[in-house]
Amino acid sequence: MAAQVAAASRSGLRSALPLLAPAYLWLTVAIFLPLSAMVFFSLMTELPLSGKPWAFTLENYTAFFSQSLYLTLLLASLRLGLEVTLWCIIVGYPAAYVLAKVLKGRSREAIFLLVILPFWSNGLVRIFSWAMVLREGGILDTALNAVLPFKINIDLMYSYPAVIIGLVHSYVPYMVLTCYLTLQAIDDSLIEAGRSLGASRLQMLKRVIIPLSMPGLVAGAALIFVPVVGSFMEPRILGGRTGTFYGTVIEDQFVAVFNWPLGAALSFILLAVVLVILAVASPVLRRAM
Amino acid sequence: MAGVQVSNVSRSFGAHKALDDVSIDFADGGFYALLGPSGSGKTTLLRQIAGFDFPDSGRIAIGGESVERVPVEKRRIGMVFQNYALFPNMSVADNVAFGLSVRGEPKAVIAAEVQGALDLVQLGKLGGRRPHQLSGGQRQRVALARAIITKPRVLLLDEPLGALDKALRVGMQIELKRIQREIGITTIFVTHDQEEALTMSDRVGILRDGKLVQEGPPEEIYNRPKSEFAATFLGDANIFRGESTGNGIRLPDGTAIFAGSGANLAPGAKAICAVRPERIRIFTDAAAPDTANANVLRGEVSKRIFAGNSSTYFVERGGQMLKVIVQNTGVDKLAEGQEVVLRWSPESTVLMAAS
Repeated sequence: MAAQVAAASRSGLRSALPLLAPAYLWLTVAIFLPLSAMVFFSLMTELPLSGKPWAFTLENYTAFFSQSLYLTLLLASLRLGLEVTLWCIIVGYPAAYVLAKVLKGRSREAIFLLVILPFWSNGLVRIFSWAMVLREGGILDTALNAVLPFKINIDLMYSYPAVIIGLVHSYVPYMVLTCYLTLQAIDDSLIEAGRSLGASRLQMLKRVIIPLSMPGLVAGAALIFVPVVGSFMEPRILGGRTGTFYGTVIEDQFVAVFNWPLGAALSFILLAVVLVILAVASPVLRRAM
Repeated sequence: MAGVQVSNVSRSFGAHKALDDVSIDFADGGFYALLGPSGSGKTTLLRQIAGFDFPDSGRIAIGGESVERVPVEKRRIGMVFQNYALFPNMSVADNVAFGLSVRGEPKAVIAAEVQGALDLVQLGKLGGRRPHQLSGGQRQRVALARAIITKPRVLLLDEPLGALDKALRVGMQIELKRIQREIGITTIFVTHDQEEALTMSDRVGILRDGKLVQEGPPEEIYNRPKSEFAATFLGDANIFRGESTGNGIRLPDGTAIFAGSGANLAPGAKAICAVRPERIRIFTDAAAPDTANANVLRGEVSKRIFAGNSSTYFVERGGQMLKVIVQNTGVDKLAEGQEVVLRWSPESTVLMAAS
């Protein structure tokens, strides 16, 4: 019996192989090989391409522990990831709810398009346009001073809030989309049933809607948290001097200092930390889902 | 518990009049069926009573208190949905407990009430299950237990048995009726199934195009329909068209049909007579008894459908196909093509204005 089942699943796999092959071939070539090369680099003293003599070493990894700077920056990046994820939930979840449950037809399509629009614009353009908005004498500053009777000075450029604003803007569509999908799957009659039993809107949200949309929240959070922890473009451009994070340090190793081995090692430490965080969180998340 | 009064309620969606000046009095403790084809406004009416939607005009009172602008969560009603609408993230017991726990009742009280409600619907041992682990009939019972645990003033059911298969549906009809009697709650029940409406309810309201066509006890509507629509929607009917003679009609070929009841119509007005297929007796030519004080028509059997306990004969008469249902007594089998005499009493015939 078990052998039969195994045989059946084997033959299922064989027939599925042509469907799986392109994706896995691509992943092997595009991700696995470069990553393997990076693992290799992270264990070297020098980049072999430079022609200098090189040897295997663990120094790039021990460097992380010998200088407290790296740990401090990693913690700052994790905090950044948490804060951006939280803001994306605060901003994105209500929008997803309105899209899924309140709007219908044309107006839903129009609002949906506005949510997806950031995806269609170049990331760098997006960030620089935030710079135009946030700097002193920029759009926000000028507009507020034109409206308000008293003089205020808005200069958010090169600050932590600017980094948060830029990152939330870049990543909030993920939260809206994943939450929209799970919220849309909730039958309207569930909400009506809850109301007929005397539940207030807040009670319905807490006891039915949020629990049922938890898979979307978790998926959105994972999609946002992981890249934000390693982000470097937004912190560098919008954060300036205050925008030094773990991701910008890694970027520096690759593009400024040309210490690829250290950059690779720092990347793998980040990967390991993120995987540990997801592993620790997964039982909790699975229960929530 | 409380009665429900719906007075002159209208509701439009754009140009579509979903409810057009509907008034019904739902007596306290009664079991009421709202019957109609899809798009007749029956569900719209139920949603007005529930408070999911408000009428454009008119008044709705529950227990004498005007509620037409009160939102559903404040109306103290219980509702059972067609798709059950159980919360999939909660156990059966938590589903049933929901209405009490959102009120902040103490846990011990809730636990006792939940057990009582689950026992009432005969699911006492399944409190720990999840909704997806239950059969359709069991989910239906959970939905019912959840709706009645808060002791609502009215129980509203939106085609609650529509998703069940026939055998289960009949069982649930009896069960629903038993529970309704046991707690004595005013119950309003939307259905498009005429048999369900006839067997379960004390009173039936028939809706069509947003209007209440007729309303009353099932026997009354069945025996004394006031319109062709009521006659044909609730049960089967043979309809004859002609001119009113005051106590019946005259068919275009001159044959008179006498009606024992129905509308008062001036002679000469366009009118119809309706007679139920099971009220017509069918005889072979020779066996026809004396025809004094009876409606008599001659025809030819065009088709016979055997249905076990009864047979349905389709008899052609003057271009019209008449339906006759005969109890299977084991003797009177008539062949197709045979000349027959149809005979029924005026008391079985209802006169009404042509629509």
